[in-house]
Amino acid sequence: MSLLEIKNITKSFGDTQVLRGIGFNMEKGEVIAVIGSSGSGKTTLLRCINFLEQPDGGTITVNGREIYSAEKKKLYSDAEIRTNRLNFGLVFQSFNLFPQYNVLKNITLAPELMRLKGVSSGAEKKKIRRQISNEALSLLQTVGLSEKAQSYPCELSGGQQQRVAIARALAMNPEILCFDEPTSALDPELTGEVLRAIKSLKTQGRTMIVVTHEMDFARNVADRIIYMADGVIEETGTPEQVFSAPRSEKTRAFLSKPAL
Amino acid sequence: MFQTVIIALNEGFLKTFEIFCVTLLGALPLGLIIAFGSMSRWRPLKWFVKTLVWVVRGTPLMLQLLIIFYGPGKIFGYNIWGTGDWGRNAAVFTAFILNYACYFSEIYRGGIESIPRGQYEAGQVLGMTKPQIFFRVVLMQVVKRITAPMSNEVITLVKDTSLARIILVYEIIWAGQDFIKSSGVIWPLFFTGVYYLLFNGLLTVLFGYIEKKLNYYRG
Repeated sequence: MSLLEIKNITKSFGDTQVLRGIGFNMEKGEVIAVIGSSGSGKTTLLRCINFLEQPDGGTITVNGREIYSAEKKKLYSDAEIRTNRLNFGLVFQSFNLFPQYNVLKNITLAPELMRLKGVSSGAEKKKIRRQISNEALSLLQTVGLSEKAQSYPCELSGGQQQRVAIARALAMNPEILCFDEPTSALDPELTGEVLRAIKSLKTQGRTMIVVTHEMDFARNVADRIIYMADGVIEETGTPEQVFSAPRSEKTRAFLSKPAL
Repeated sequence: MFQTVIIALNEGFLKTFEIFCVTLLGALPLGLIIAFGSMSRWRPLKWFVKTLVWVVRGTPLMLQLLIIFYGPGKIFGYNIWGTGDWGRNAAVFTAFILNYACYFSEIYRGGIESIPRGQYEAGQVLGMTKPQIFFRVVLMQVVKRITAPMSNEVITLVKDTSLARIILVYEIIWAGQDFIKSSGVIWPLFFTGVYYLLFNGLLTVLFGYIEKKLNYYRG
């Protein structure tokens, strides 16, 4: 049984069909890089997986349990959607850290809201808070930012902010961590530190879907490449297959474009 | 003489201050509710609220005071505000709260809509509920963005309280004006300006302090 099964996802905005039937499976510990030109539907796919958009058609199944079916899309309550989306974490292109909170609070806010719910005893609350805070500090260590716990987002570089965003997403313990062009908003000299952080997550066995324009990164880190064009998966395979011997004409054309 | 004037003006200013405080207490939260109404996706509510804001912002507060105080009597045939000072005060509070809530609502709306969608989405993907996102993520950022326009409105409110005297509420301008008739002197009326200036000076300092407090982050 695959960890994630996506079947026949479709999504339109008005008259424009952005996703025309996307389907793929994913195993635990796998890293998938989704590549493709702008407008091919990569970001929309991630947003559908994270329930920021509701697919018009298709199903999403995690660990054999169907968590979304477009046929029932009107029937899901807010609470169900919230629970189901916690299978996934999402790191945004533009970080979206909460500017009014320091780094530590950015990471602990959501876990606290979740895990303190219904806890009434003060001592118990304190214990949970300390636990969450310790987890957050160790996540900060993972992304190499231990010394920035008390800093505010505006005091950090873009690369540091994005690493905090990664730690924040990890704090909710998602099965699958998604990245939406995590380095596209960064200066070139800052992309390396973020990509290294993602790479180190792979060595810890994290399951990840990374939408990216960094072809070298995709080739070296991903277990599998999904190349999307015009709302469909045009080609998928190991990096070796896709980069060295693309089967589709479109893939070949996309990959042969010189990097600017 | 000076002492008599000060005692009378102090009494008048107390009412001014009372109108100011009650209006803020009522209009700050009511404005938020109106702001939500004007952003509602349910069209009838949205248009009802938009019309209300249009009417309230489109007519003079003085006229609203008169209509709210005298209108019900004309329509229902009896004065819903009752007799005496209590009724007048209640009418003043009602008119001021409604008027200021409408102005505040537009400032709130501007502030809320200026928060990037990414902030909401970041909260969503972290499993937060809508109220949690609003109160824990968005609201603080809105407060920072609206402090300057709000200080404008609040300072205007201090001076607008003088309109209450149109329905015979004894605030500071009236207290000053009384001396024209009773003693034939006009300087007590002019002297009320000192009260307004001092109070607004205090508010300016307070708002400066709040802005400075919120300056610990950018964004």
